[in-house]
Amino acid sequence: MPPQTLVDKIWARHAVTVLDGNETLLYVDRCLLHEGFWWNIVDSLKSRNLAIHRPSNIIACSDHFVPTTDRSGGFGAIADERRRDLILRLETEGAELGVNVIGMMDERQGILHVVAPETGITQPGMVIAGSDSHTSTHGALGAIAFGIGTTEAMHVLATETLWQLQPKTMRITVAGRLPAHATAKDLILTIIARLGIDGGAGRFVEYAGPAIEALTIEERLTVCNMSIELGARAGTIAPDETTFAYLAGRPHAPSGAHWDAAVDFWKTLRTDDGATFDREVSIDGASVAPMSTWGTSLDQTIPLDAPIPDPAAEPDSSKREAQARSLAYMGLHPGQRLRDVPIDYVFIGSCTNGRLDDLREAAAVVRGRHAAVPAFVSPGSRAVKRAAEAEGLDRIFVDAGFEWRDSGCSMCAGANGDTLEPGRRCAATSNRNFPGRQGPGSRTHIMSPASAAASAIAGRIAGAAQVPA
Amino acid sequence: MTPFRVLDAVAVPLGESNVDTDQLAPSRFLMRPVFAKLLLHDRRYERDGTPRGEFVLNDPNYAGAQIIVAGRNFGVGSSREFAVLALPAAGFRCIIASSFGDIFASNCYQNGVLPVVLPEAFIEELLAVLRAWPGLHVTVDLPAQTVHTPACGPYAFAINSARKACLLEGLDDVALTGRYRRAIARFEDTYYRDLPWLA
Repeated sequence: MPPQTLVDKIWARHAVTVLDGNETLLYVDRCLLHEGFWWNIVDSLKSRNLAIHRPSNIIACSDHFVPTTDRSGGFGAIADERRRDLILRLETEGAELGVNVIGMMDERQGILHVVAPETGITQPGMVIAGSDSHTSTHGALGAIAFGIGTTEAMHVLATETLWQLQPKTMRITVAGRLPAHATAKDLILTIIARLGIDGGAGRFVEYAGPAIEALTIEERLTVCNMSIELGARAGTIAPDETTFAYLAGRPHAPSGAHWDAAVDFWKTLRTDDGATFDREVSIDGASVAPMSTWGTSLDQTIPLDAPIPDPAAEPDSSKREAQARSLAYMGLHPGQRLRDVPIDYVFIGSCTNGRLDDLREAAAVVRGRHAAVPAFVSPGSRAVKRAAEAEGLDRIFVDAGFEWRDSGCSMCAGANGDTLEPGRRCAATSNRNFPGRQGPGSRTHIMSPASAAASAIAGRIAGAAQVPA
Repeated sequence: MTPFRVLDAVAVPLGESNVDTDQLAPSRFLMRPVFAKLLLHDRRYERDGTPRGEFVLNDPNYAGAQIIVAGRNFGVGSSREFAVLALPAAGFRCIIASSFGDIFASNCYQNGVLPVVLPEAFIEELLAVLRAWPGLHVTVDLPAQTVHTPACGPYAFAINSARKACLLEGLDDVALTGRYRRAIARFEDTYYRDLPWLA
């Protein structure tokens, strides 16, 4: 057997059949759905008179439309009846169809990409498909995980499979260690800034190297989460002792004799020496600095201390036009330093940076200080919220003038109504800075929790190093 | 699904790169989408709902267009299939670009919309021709895998053979998979015997 990559191994294990042109009928272990598209997927399933093939493999969780305030008021407190109807529809219909429902008032509720890892649903070697592009997050535990459309999701429900092209592979090796002031978010922003938003297009990326191995699972989740912003189909990291230790004892993780058998299997999920990738890239971990986006696509990302680029200096005409459009939309000018740009708002949360370590990172900056602009924290799940409260993080944020809210996708995409007024500028720990992403005319700067917290204190874009003692 | 064979229609020279799914189908409309106005809503309409005259999709020279010609990375971003569904609702059956968001392209194939990838140099040539002769027809020939206009081309494009067959027949993936029911059942027998904790 020739040497294989991690992705090739998982792919081969799940190939039901392969057609001409490498189109593979791929078996799917778990399908993750949210209330935003549930109705559409189930409508198309029913319109074809199809049944769900293995309901126990389907996880349906409310995260996109749920309010982040007044959760204790229950469904009745949701002002918008369309959102309320769609949240309730997932819960009642999901129960009827026998899938695993994690509803709005469930103790386990949170963002799918926070909930599935923390409950042990996500496991190494799995193929996970989800009705959300940030399903790439789950690759952090050594799974192949990717987002699909609603028709494809309907196909998974009906057959537990998907037609997929055998992916091209890419390895991004991060040498050395990240500097103390740089975070996993700064690392993935650096990777996207250097390789471009189509740097991983059509590829399954494996992140490897000493700097990746040194990351905690929560940090790995942040890196894999934004693989989609690199244009990649998915991003994955080989499971190791850090992964096994993270999974041990979680509710959906294997237990007893199954645990030992599972770990033996998981240990085989590594890229063989001598395996070749379609593309290989190396990055020096020590070169990573605190980063933020300045424009409206993820490749428009620079170190906080760098000047905003001048389109006149850009040789590529399409990039030049894109930069000029972004500058106009964002209300910035060439040569301006990103650090110290005044902001109106701070959002800490999302499937990228809504986990306990992220909140600790932000709280460490905020402790004993006060926010200069409106700011709120939306923990990634109710479990994260409980754990944060148990160690007093909520008090640190509230004392600093932040709102301490409930869990959901919230102001990342604004689907629940948490949006900005036109022209408002927000420092956000989420994943996309597209025009109108946080509401029509909103201006988003994507950065780490530490930098977002520092920006809240300063009222301007700042890194943790700039916060006064 | 409507089969796709040869499309001969007016093409809009949008030209931009990174037209993302949040622009194609803004989040706030996805609860009860009104498809007729969804596509690029915030680019096509002012906040009061009046059409923005300066946007190329509103240019009467391109009325009745069924093809969009864009730059790099069309459909980058989220998995929302509404970003594709908005296209046929606005009359579009084909996007020609130098690259596509992967999930967006997969969603196109599920809905009879053809994503054509051409090299950047050909895109530039095509855009220049469409801007010089507004309203010019572009012919997209799927069986021959070519794109041409009376003034330029033909340009050859590649497409996966299984995807091509499905588009030509108007067959979506569910219809195709129906032929593999027994293979899936056999696969599951072995799979869950070997990895029982996944069952």
